[in-house]
Formats: sequence, C-alpha cells, structure tokens
Amino acid sequence: MNHRAIRAIYLFEMARTWRTLLQSIVSPVVSTSLYFVVFGAAIGSRISEVEGVSYGTFIVPGLIMLSVLTQSIANASFGIYFPKFTGTIYEILSAPISYFEIVLGYVGAAATKSIILGLIILATAGLFVPLHIHHPVWMLAFLVLTAVTFSLFGFIIGIWADGFEKLQMIPMLVVTPLTFLGGSFYSIDMLPAGWRTVALLNPVVYLISGFRWSFYEIADVSVSVSIGMTLAFLVVCLGVIWWIFRTGYRLKN
Amino acid sequence: MSSIISVANLSKTYGSGFKALKNVNLDIKRGEIFALLGPNGAGKTTLISIICGIANPSEGRVLVGGENIQTSYRKARSLIGLVPQELHTDAFESVWATVSFSRGLFGKPKNPDHIEKVLKDLSLWDKKDNKIITLSGGMKRRVMIAKALSHEPQVLFLDEPTAGVDVELRKGMWEVVRTLQQSGVTIILTTHYIEEAEEMADRIGVINKGEIVLVEDKTTLMQKLGKKRLTLHLQNKISSLPESLSQYELDLCDSGATLVYDYDTKGERTGITSLLSDLRNAGIRFNDLDTTQSSLEDIFVDLVRTS
Repeated sequence: MNHRAIRAIYLFEMARTWRTLLQSIVSPVVSTSLYFVVFGAAIGSRISEVEGVSYGTFIVPGLIMLSVLTQSIANASFGIYFPKFTGTIYEILSAPISYFEIVLGYVGAAATKSIILGLIILATAGLFVPLHIHHPVWMLAFLVLTAVTFSLFGFIIGIWADGFEKLQMIPMLVVTPLTFLGGSFYSIDMLPAGWRTVALLNPVVYLISGFRWSFYEIADVSVSVSIGMTLAFLVVCLGVIWWIFRTGYRLKN
Repeated sequence: MSSIISVANLSKTYGSGFKALKNVNLDIKRGEIFALLGPNGAGKTTLISIICGIANPSEGRVLVGGENIQTSYRKARSLIGLVPQELHTDAFESVWATVSFSRGLFGKPKNPDHIEKVLKDLSLWDKKDNKIITLSGGMKRRVMIAKALSHEPQVLFLDEPTAGVDVELRKGMWEVVRTLQQSGVTIILTTHYIEEAEEMADRIGVINKGEIVLVEDKTTLMQKLGKKRLTLHLQNKISSLPESLSQYELDLCDSGATLVYDYDTKGERTGITSLLSDLRNAGIRFNDLDTTQSSLEDIFVDLVRTS
C-alpha cells in the first residue's frame, strides 16, 4: 500500500477545501440556516407536530442529509474531474499507486469534508431548534456511510463527465429532486397511498428515514432496510468504480 | 550497456480503430540520452504514455528496469519521471507544494533538501512560494520538470521539453538535461527541433505512422546517411561543363559562378582528389571552397518521406 500517495492526494484535496472555505463550508451553512428560518420558524410555526416532533426539529436530519448528499457528490466529482480538465491527471495515472488508493485519497477527502459539513450544520441547527439525538453512534454511522457512498457516486460522475455541464447535470436534475422528494421536509406517511409507493422507489427515502430514526426513533421504513439499501448502493458504486479502472473508461483511452 | 527500458511487439489501437503503434520494438540503454523523432501524429506521445502507465497497450510488453509495467507497475513506475508535452499544472498551488505533492504521490518520504536542490538546479528557488498561475510559460515547464525529478527517477521522459521556449531558455534546458545525464539519469526526449536531437542525443530513433523506422547512434547515423557537399567558388564564370568532368555529376550554379559536388562520406572514395586534378587539367580555377554536412533534419525528412 502506497500510504504516502494516499496521504498526498487526501491532503491536496483537503487543502483545496481550506482554500475555498467560503464555497465549501460557509455557503452550505448559510443556505441551511435560510431553510431553518423559512421552514422552521416562518412556515413551520404554522405546521402541527409531525409524529410527535415539532416541524422545525423534524426537518433537521433531512436538511443535513440534503447538504451531505449534494456536497459529497460535488466534492468528489469536482475533485477527480478537475485534474482531468486541467490535464494534471497524467501524474496520478503515471504514479505507482493502485486504483483503490486513488479512490481512497479522493473519496476519503470528499467524505471527510461532507461529514465535517454535516456536523457543522447539525451544530447550526442546534441554534435554531432544540435537538436530542437518541442514537448518536447510529447517527454518525449513517452520516459516514452516506458521505462515503455518495462521494463514490460523485467520483463516478466526475470520471464520466466530459464537460462542466455534465458535471452539474446529475446533481441538479437527479439528486436534488430525489432529495427533496425523499422526505427531507416531510414524512412520506403524509403522502397519499399511491405516491407513498412511488416514494419507496427513491433511494434517498431510506437514507433520510434511517438518519431521522437515529435522532428521534421515528422512521418511514425499518432501520435495517435503510442500512441495507445504503449498503447496496455503496456496493453498486464500488462495482462501477472497479469496472472504470479495469477498463480505463474515460481515463486511459 | 544494459537496457533500462525494453519495449517488445507493442501495439496500440484506439477505440476509433486508429492504429497509433504497430508492433514497436525498442530498447533504451541505461544512462543514455535517446531522442525520439517523428512528425505529428507519428505515435511518439502514445508510446511514452503507454510506458508511463497513462494509456493501456493493446498488445505487447514493456519492461522498465526489468519490471513489467502492467504486472509490476509499482516498481516500474517509481523509476520513471514524466514531463508531458502540454503544460498541465495546478494553477493555484505554490511551486513548493506541487513539487512536494509529486514526491508523496510516488511514495517517497519527505525530503525538503532534495526538493530544494531540484528547485535550485532549475532556477526556481526564488519562486518556491509563488502560485503557479503567476509564472511564465518557461517557468511552468521547469516546474513540471521539477515535479518529475522530485522522486529521484532513474528514467526521465521529456515530451517536447522546449516547445515554445525561447532560445536562451532552451539552451538552459539542455544544460539541465546534460547535468541529469551525468548524475546517471536515462533521458528519453521527443522533439520537433532536430537541432536539439543533434545537439543532445546519444542515439536517435525515428518513428513514423506508428512504426519505428530506425534506431541508430547519432554519429553513426550522421556518417551512414550523411552526405557532404563540396562547393567551389570559381574565379571566372563558365557557361557549361567540359566533357572531361561529366563523370562527377556536378551542378553549375549561380550563373556559372559555383560548382557543387555531392559525395558520400561512407564511400571508399569520395572522388575529391581526382575532381580537383581534373578541374586543373580543364583549366577551371577557383578561389574558395567549402564543405557542408547534411544535417539530421535532412536525414529525417528523407527517412519520413521514404518510409
């Protein structure tokens, strides 16, 4: 294992975060705070409790997931797309480093950033609404699992994309709608029966449900199903990345 | 001299069906400067990319330092430093950070003394804290060389190292390359500047349409293929050549003021002595003469045209 190379990539990517602190950390925190002001305080005060939890408190896990998902994808996809765009990828490809180590460096850094961001948003939420986390270990486990899985997904998008438009396309057109429709702001029990079945096809529902369970012990689907679905998506992403490196797709041809 | 790179039956066909390399066989000797010449699209960069791990070969085998680049890629790649043709740099990083990053990427422990030496050798020391985006093109090129040297490679690939670099800087770059060779590094360079190959290389390989057309010691190549030209500046213009000189295939130029004679240095007889004596007998006198040797460029153009 080329530990030094993993470390070099990881630190390089983390350095990029500190360099772009406003964009990486401050901007998601500001936008999440706005959600709290709008949904939590302004609109939320007129909404009755959801499953025994005040609306402002109820949306906290969903809001954290919203940021963690989008930021994991953005960080990881940009991290690997940018060297492809500038051409500096030549150095990564010509270094004595395995594909697994490359993924570890990039995805590790992207996941670290979104976990830090998730925790910052959690702390910010604590300023707006009272919070009590029933299962902090599970909460962290879901946070880490989601950050890693979606960083892997972002890595795939970054390799697939051959332009900035494509880089934005999946996060904007697929992930954001799925997150909004995945129960960030409501329980899917609140949906009519037909829509509820449709909602269960949305993988984000399982992430948010599991994450919300770790906070309030309320869930749309059982926790084991949530974990199972997240792990399944993780395995699919790993499989695709394995295939990418095996074939050199968009990297070596 | 043993081979540090051994390429056997290497072929590369791109997805579009374009054959960039066709059954290439090539051995690079340890410690030499090898110049790979070829027109645009000949396969130079593809060959380098495969050896360095950037592109996958379709067929064939490459050994670097005896290590297979596919089955033993860690050992093989750690021996190689690559300076690609295009100026690919991390614009917002400092020179020091980007060169240190390269060393880490190649699995080497931190060694600020080595990085300092590399930067000083390349006249980049006073720019070490500058962001790369603020540097000139020539400096960026040197930053890329510094990155390639950061992990103390045994083989250095320089793909068009002096493209777009001014004359003074180009000569400086040649000095750097020579110093590197003296320290034991094997250097493979591709270039469009034939004079660069002529100036620097120990051996020359010519690649055209994906095939190695020729590999030869530079001096042997010059001797083998080099023709010499004798130009005689006549005292008095002549309108035509006398019959007695017809065997020499002379050219009468400048309205009869100069005589040009091409001869082959590899031939047993150049014919110069008899030509001069026959000229005297024919009463043709000259007041100056000079000889020129065909350059590598002429040889190269000839080779590429005929291959």
